[in-house]
Amino acid sequence: MTSGTSLWVYLASTPLLWLALTLTAYALAYRLFLASGMRPIVNPVVIAAGAIIVLLLATDTSYDAYFDGAQFVHFLLGPAIVALAVPLFDQARRIRRVLLPMAVALVAGSITAITSTVAVAWALGASRETLLSLAPKSVTTPIAMGISERIGGLPSLTAAFVLITGITGAIVATPFLNALGFRDWRARGFAVGIAAHGLGMARAFQVNELAGIFAAIAMALNGLVTAILVPLLVPLLF
Amino acid sequence: MGGRTLIEALAALLVFQLAGEFLVAWSGLPVPGPVLGMVFLLAFLAAMRRVPGDIGPVAQTLLRHLSLLFVPAAVGVIVHVERIEDEWLPILAALILSTILTIAVTAAVFRLVVRATGGEGEADEEMVP
Repeated sequence: MTSGTSLWVYLASTPLLWLALTLTAYALAYRLFLASGMRPIVNPVVIAAGAIIVLLLATDTSYDAYFDGAQFVHFLLGPAIVALAVPLFDQARRIRRVLLPMAVALVAGSITAITSTVAVAWALGASRETLLSLAPKSVTTPIAMGISERIGGLPSLTAAFVLITGITGAIVATPFLNALGFRDWRARGFAVGIAAHGLGMARAFQVNELAGIFAAIAMALNGLVTAILVPLLVPLLF
Repeated sequence: MGGRTLIEALAALLVFQLAGEFLVAWSGLPVPGPVLGMVFLLAFLAAMRRVPGDIGPVAQTLLRHLSLLFVPAAVGVIVHVERIEDEWLPILAALILSTILTIAVTAAVFRLVVRATGGEGEADEEMVP
C-alpha cells in the first residue's frame, strides 16, 4: 500500500502521466465516436474531458497539476490556428464569391449571440458577474477572456462558458441544420463558426472540408466583431 | 512526408505564430497572436502562389485532429463547478438557447443574401449529396 502510494505520488508529479492519459482518453473516445457512426451526440471532446474530470476528482488532483502535462496538447492549438491559412488559400476562389453574404451574416449572428445570451440569463435571474461573463461566450477562448476582463466579468468563468457553448454547438449543429433544411455547406459551416467558435469548427471539419473552412473564417471574423460589439451592446442591455 | 521538409513545415508554422505573437505584444491589438500568424502565412502562400514543401500535409494533419487540442481546456470547467451548480438554470438555458438561435439566424441570413445577390446557381456544387 505504501509503495503503491509513493509510486502514485511519483507518477502524478510528472507531466507524462496526464499527457498520456489525455491522449489515451481522446483516442478511446474517438473510437466510440467512430463506432457510433460519427453521431454528434457521441462527442469525443465531451467524453474524453468527462473521463479525465472523473479521474481528477477521484484522485484529488488539481487542475493545475493536470495542466502541467496537458499543456503540451493545448500548446498545439496555436500552430493549428496558423495552419488554417492552408485551406483558406486553397478555397480562396470560393470564398471571394460570397463576401457579401458572409459580411451580413457575420453582423447578424454576432449581435444575436451576444444579446440572446445576456437576455435569457437575465430573465432567469443570473448574477451580474455571470451576465458579464456570458456576453462574449461565442468567440474563441483567448479573445473571449480578454473581452470579459475589459467589461468586468470573470475571465476564467468566461472560458468555461465558451467551452459549454462550443460543445453545445458541436452537438446540435448537424441535426438542427438538417431539420431546418439548410443544404449549402458554406452557410452551415459559417453559422457553426459564428455560434460555436473552434469546437464548432472542429466538428465542421469532421463533417465536410468546405464547411470547416467557412467555420474557420466565421470564427476569426466573429472574434474581431464581438470584441467591438460587446463593450457597445452590454451597457444597453443593463 | 520527407524528414527534412516535415521539420521545415513545422518550423514555418511556429515562426509565423511567433511573428503574430510578437506583433500583438508590440502593438496591443485585441487579437490572439495565432490569428495574426494565420494572416501572415496566408499572405506568404498568396505571394508564393502555391503551398510549398510539407506545409499542406502538416496543416491537414493538425486540422484533422483539432478536437483533441480542446480537451485540456475543456477539463478546465472543473474549476467553476460550484458557480455553475448555483446558477445552472440561467447559465445552461442562456448558452443552449443562444447557440441554437445564433446558428439559425446566421445560416438564414447567409442563405437570404446568397439568394438576393443571385449566387444560388453556383451553390449546386456545394450541396449535400
